[in-house]
Amino acid sequence: MGEFDMLLDVGTSQRLRILAICGIAFLFLAGAIMTRGLQTSSQAHQGASSTAPSTSAVSMGQSAATAASGSPSGAQTSPSGLNVVVLDPAHGGTDLGARGTGGIQESDIVMEFAAEVRKALEQQGFQVVQTRQGNDNPSFDDRSAIANAQRNAVFITLHIASTGLPGTVRVYVNSDLPTVTTANGFIPWDRAQAPFLGLSRKLGDLVQGMLTQRFKGSPDTAQTATIRQLRTTAAPAIAVEVSSVVVNDRADLDHMAPGVADAIARGVVAFKPLYIVPSTSGALP
Amino acid sequence: MMEPVTEPVTGPARERWKFWLATLVVFVLVGAAISIPIIRRRMKRAARLQQQSEEQARRELTQSVPVNPSDPRVKSKLFWLSDADNSVLAPVTIELPLSSDPVLRSKQVLNTLLAGPVDVELRTLPPDAVLLAFYILPDGTAIADFSEALATSIPSGISSEQLAVDSMTRTLEANVPEVKRLKILIHGQEAETLAGHVDLTGTFVVRADASQAPANPVPAPAAGKVGAIVVPTLTAGSSAFKLAPR
Repeated sequence: MGEFDMLLDVGTSQRLRILAICGIAFLFLAGAIMTRGLQTSSQAHQGASSTAPSTSAVSMGQSAATAASGSPSGAQTSPSGLNVVVLDPAHGGTDLGARGTGGIQESDIVMEFAAEVRKALEQQGFQVVQTRQGNDNPSFDDRSAIANAQRNAVFITLHIASTGLPGTVRVYVNSDLPTVTTANGFIPWDRAQAPFLGLSRKLGDLVQGMLTQRFKGSPDTAQTATIRQLRTTAAPAIAVEVSSVVVNDRADLDHMAPGVADAIARGVVAFKPLYIVPSTSGALP
Repeated sequence: MMEPVTEPVTGPARERWKFWLATLVVFVLVGAAISIPIIRRRMKRAARLQQQSEEQARRELTQSVPVNPSDPRVKSKLFWLSDADNSVLAPVTIELPLSSDPVLRSKQVLNTLLAGPVDVELRTLPPDAVLLAFYILPDGTAIADFSEALATSIPSGISSEQLAVDSMTRTLEANVPEVKRLKILIHGQEAETLAGHVDLTGTFVVRADASQAPANPVPAPAAGKVGAIVVPTLTAGSSAFKLAPR
């Protein structure tokens, strides 16, 4: 029996040791959970009026803003601060784009326009991100990816047409895209623009209105077109096309740049209060 | 020892050598004079034949669909640029003998569209573009395969490219009720864009009542760029289109 007593004693001490370890682990775990809970709570208070933290997966850059706003049960929209404009000077590298008389190349001129637009937007307090800085030619998806990685951003791609009445400017938004969301609420990459089409139209109409005030003969509202660059962009996105490379003198286009830049900046400023982040369910505001 | 004595070339021998050399040169010159123009003529003829065969091949490709005299002449609407405003399309009514077969009918109207209006300034498609093939799938999706000139000769720009596509979809809508959607291929291949702007990876709606996309119009996506956005993976079986000539 004495031997068994000793064995019993050993077993008890081991159980006590295991219990102590479990207790310490539990305390650590509880502490970690409490700390996380406090952090989440403070973020929700900082974000917006609602206090319910979103538990859904973030499926896009902008969705983080939706989570911060804490809209209950995946509400459709939330107000947020538009502060980034992604500017896309189209073409570049070996892709010269439209070519006109006297060696005018679209890929060159859009860089000059982008510099003016950037200046005008920065004066309005926006942060501007350009999809290309030099004479390179990122792919459509690479350009979209730059916009899709931003929060609270709009996307503006700049083009010079080879047709159209010289001295006019047209704004385009993407044609309707069937909205498809996967079972987990993610938006397929190739239709990332679908939930933003309503916002894109608002932005497009505002920018077109500003441009038409300055450039007579331009349309009153934004047009729709099936634009490859816009389809994969998960943000309110427009294309601005200036007419045209077929001008007698390149200076005619250069003179348009400040006016185009000012109109775009004023259009984005007018759009800012309307900017809301759509949910991934595809609802169009 | 007697040393060998080399006989000096005598005068007549030297003269003979000169004579034969001169004769040879004359022959060469005469031969060249005769043969060079012949060779040149043959080269020209070969080039002409090659050009003719290329033109013939092109004519065979561009040859309008044979018109059956029994086909009724129908007032068809074709869409080119508006004379009043070049930024929009306007219908032009033309009387054409059109087949009742939707594929032949589509080819007839598209070839007429490619031929262009009377005023060439109002054309929407480049004059050297050729419709290589045309199919209609059972779900109403038409597939039009054009030569590379459609992409390379069209004026680059959102507006010009969209007007080109719209002129085709609206012409098909007005004349071929069986066509619901249009897919454009360039030389048998799917192109990402027409000339850098307008997206050719999907289909274009021809009839508004068929705006629902086909079962899987998803273009081949690029590799995932932003982790949060799902990139669907296409399998071989999920190919959007299976060409089936009628």
